[in-house]
Amino acid sequence: MTVTVNRYKCGYCGACVSVCPMAALELVETWIEINNSCNDCNTCVNICPIGAIESVKE
Amino acid sequence: MKDKYDVIVVGAGPAGSSVATTASKAGLDVLLIEKRQEIGDPVRCAEGADKKGIKRHIKPDPRWIAAEVKGSRIFAPDGTKLQISEELFGAEVGYVLERKIFDRALAEQAVSSGAEVIVKTSATGLIRKNKQVTGIHARSIGESVDIKAKIVVGADGVESKVGRFAGINTTLAPKDIETCAQFLVSGIEVDEYCQFYLGNNIAPGGYAWVFPKGRGIANVGIGVLGSRSDKGMPVKLLSNFVKHHFPTGKIIEMVLGAVPASGPIEKTIADGFMLAGDSAHQSDPLTGGGILNALDAGVMAGTVAASCIEKDDVSEKALMEYERQWRETIGKKISKALVVKEKLVTLTDEQFNTLAHSIKGKCDSTMGVFDIVRALFRANPKLLWEFRNLIK
Repeated sequence: MTVTVNRYKCGYCGACVSVCPMAALELVETWIEINNSCNDCNTCVNICPIGAIESVKE
Repeated sequence: MKDKYDVIVVGAGPAGSSVATTASKAGLDVLLIEKRQEIGDPVRCAEGADKKGIKRHIKPDPRWIAAEVKGSRIFAPDGTKLQISEELFGAEVGYVLERKIFDRALAEQAVSSGAEVIVKTSATGLIRKNKQVTGIHARSIGESVDIKAKIVVGADGVESKVGRFAGINTTLAPKDIETCAQFLVSGIEVDEYCQFYLGNNIAPGGYAWVFPKGRGIANVGIGVLGSRSDKGMPVKLLSNFVKHHFPTGKIIEMVLGAVPASGPIEKTIADGFMLAGDSAHQSDPLTGGGILNALDAGVMAGTVAASCIEKDDVSEKALMEYERQWRETIGKKISKALVVKEKLVTLTDEQFNTLAHSIKGKCDSTMGVFDIVRALFRANPKLLWEFRNLIK
């Protein structure tokens, strides 16, 4: 389970990074990188001010 | 870039540049790194700041002052207007800044004080000797490098990584963050007042703002409490707000961001390590203002770094002096603001309206934020019982 960030929508503000309880996200210059510790809690999906993050159902 | 410094500061926002300036002036060898290739860009801020406070840190320059404001107006959900001085919200407004230029001017100040700045360089980890932080692993223009330092200062913003690397939990719960969107709107009529709009349909658990930037343009934005937001809510609400209030306005820029609204964090130091600014959750939880607290904390961190390095003791115990100083000042302010914020986010629109009516006509241009809180408490002791300890 993980999330995906739509890079074309993302405004690289880092809101998602700051709320991630697993430290799975990182704002690298102008994009978000996701590591494999995501636990699919969806906190980032709801915090994103522009709705650029989707939960991925496998 | 050398392989060794006295102090490495991660992040060239207001907190980082302030640490770098202070530590360099004290004679330390300082490296300030910024992950972006341009300092100050992209902006993630409403750009309001207290005039007197800013002047303590940098000489005012028209290049980074977009506008000066005379005061603020707050609108209750039913449109009731309260007008107050620029001192409102603990003196959070007065200048509306041009952050792209302001942040770079602060970095210039650090450089002219003797610091070295390197952009497009991010910290990817911390070097440790036993428990002690002794430097950073970094990626500098795509190349991996290790850089040593006696003290590392994390000033890497709301999305802080280095705090976590140092074992400090900087994760914000959704109820402790405001998720924000802002448009720079042009071709509108704005005067010399900052405007704040409250209401659960406007901005759940937050507020909407209009900060004039001169010549018919303004930052128009919205902050929503994280726990009451859902996917993309800030941008959707802001689009509606702008359509309603500025139907002829043209949007020429978009800004997204998030503000810590948690009140004081548990810990900001470790052996050889300090955190400052938004990464240390030093922003005001009520207003979201963070620039001045970041600048002040930066001076404290830089000063303590210099005295600890001089005494050759950078242990957590020695760095405790930084923690003591900021808690005594910034910490006290943001703890009070947190009490007010925690109450306001529970209010219904009807309660907001009642509060506004209760002090309408009693606000004047000499009132600051805690004068307003006091007036509100006197008029509504039952509703605002949680404020009783704030008004002594």
